Amino acid sequence: MKTRLAIVTHLLFWTLILILGLPSAWSAEFDYQLQPKAVAPDTWVLQGRLEDFSFANGGNIVNTAFITTADGVVVIDSGPSLRYGQQLLAAIRKVSAAPIARVLITHHHPDHFLGNQAFPPASIAALPGTIQDINREGKAFAENMYRLTGDWMAGTEAMTPAAPLAPGTLEIGGHRLELLALAGHTGTDLGVFDRTTGVLFGGDLVFYQRAPTTPHARIPAWLTSLNHLAALPFQVLVPGHGPVTRDGAPLRQTRDYLLWLDQTMRDGAAAGLDMTEMLARPLPPAFRDLAVQPEEYRRSVAHLFPAAEQAVLEPAGARR
Amino acid sequence: MGWTILRHLGAWLLIGWPAWVLAADPLDSPSWEDLRKRYFAGQTVVFDEAVQVNAPVSAEDPLNVPIGVDASGLAGVQEVRVLADLNPIVEILSFQPGRAQPRLGFRVKLQQSTPVRAAARTADGVWHMGGTWVNTTGGGCTLPSTGSASADWQRRLNEVSGRIWHNAAAGPGQRVRIRIIHPMDTGLAAGIPAFFIQDLLVADASGHALMHIQGHEPVSENPLFTLDLPEGQTNLAKVRVTGRDNNGNRIDAWVTP
Repeated sequence: MKTRLAIVTHLLFWTLILILGLPSAWSAEFDYQLQPKAVAPDTWVLQGRLEDFSFANGGNIVNTAFITTADGVVVIDSGPSLRYGQQLLAAIRKVSAAPIARVLITHHHPDHFLGNQAFPPASIAALPGTIQDINREGKAFAENMYRLTGDWMAGTEAMTPAAPLAPGTLEIGGHRLELLALAGHTGTDLGVFDRTTGVLFGGDLVFYQRAPTTPHARIPAWLTSLNHLAALPFQVLVPGHGPVTRDGAPLRQTRDYLLWLDQTMRDGAAAGLDMTEMLARPLPPAFRDLAVQPEEYRRSVAHLFPAAEQAVLEPAGARR
Repeated sequence: MGWTILRHLGAWLLIGWPAWVLAADPLDSPSWEDLRKRYFAGQTVVFDEAVQVNAPVSAEDPLNVPIGVDASGLAGVQEVRVLADLNPIVEILSFQPGRAQPRLGFRVKLQQSTPVRAAARTADGVWHMGGTWVNTTGGGCTLPSTGSASADWQRRLNEVSGRIWHNAAAGPGQRVRIRIIHPMDTGLAAGIPAFFIQDLLVADASGHALMHIQGHEPVSENPLFTLDLPEGQTNLAKVRVTGRDNNGNRIDAWVTP
């Protein structure tokens, strides 16, 4: 009898917990908890996690930003999903009621443009190379993001930027934005330098405290682009991934990592190492402690080692 | 033969149970029992950590998943078979080490996440098996090769490049790496028939076999093989690579250091 009472009490208790608890759990679901931080006058950054894509982070591993100007809001990258784009727009609305003037997409990787659907189509702009790359690879990228993050992606489709950008100066609402056509992280990378505030948005040419990713990398071009960025008189530097700084540390860290990575591939190939042996190599302390290591190093071996191998094998040749 | 039986009996007595009853697949693969019947019918298979398969836990490129098979922990290896349980084409390759170590590096195309296992047959006929799971986004087997879309491979088909090393980084003995231009089409991409290297013999200058390799469709496009010679073997001046693909095109080249 006592047991039955205990069971009934338990049932009632858990039913109550379920009824009271579920709605708050529902509303908390798929919330990226975006918190814009002011980094300069009119300038806000939403920093993503220093992680790889997962269901736990919903793909929010990326930095997005916006600038409020007299002629509307300029957004830099739209994030990894439709939900992110919508929540980014909601976060912007807490700061400014002005219309969205421009959404500038820095490059064609999925975490940087899959929020496009949340913004006015005509406002979304990218360099022509990025538009081509999104047309070619965007759909497959979106499918892969569904696989990696699941329902965070609900409703997301790859949306190609409508407006091709020309490199040069874009005057908008009292801000003088310099659009830089660069390359190396991908075939086309956009840098944005706000001459008015001194904020430099490096896109994924710049990583900080998180290992750079290299699926479309061309390291020599990337290094040239970093030199170009380092020559600008910026006050604030916004990396594509990692914390915002007031110095050039992220540029130096990215450059040092790429130089090391490139040399490691060449040395390994010259020494005759097999790819499985390259994957097993320990990382030097300076790069071992970056976020998402050793996973990113291992991915980079898959991306970069085959070309290094070919370079040492083919000159040796073989005679028929 | 009688000695082998005695030894097996001894092992059973020691462990207290026949090996084949104990031997649940350490890789916990859904298709292991089928594979055992198909590839090892009537033969003894033991799971043995002396056979290592090195592969990334998570493979970045399903068209080029690096695999390193190492059975050099066993003496007298006659043959090694490499299988990927859940691949549409399970057999990846086999090799018989001659003067080379029973060890081979190569790359494969995987269609989905799968165990990759290597079985090394020793002189007593027992297959010693090791393996590992590889996670991948997959799709590697149903994509056409890049070669099938270019005219270049027709000119360069079966062209060999390679190099011979002797240094500490690569290992205590000499190392040979060989790359062959070949599309290695699986036959699973629509409209493109299977076209792959079936037979490859790597021999030293005096014709002694270093390794004999039988390839199957899942070996990656433009295959790259890494072979190691035993410690102390430092006199390998050049290597002859001969073989053919399934269309009868011949491979014949000399690799010099």
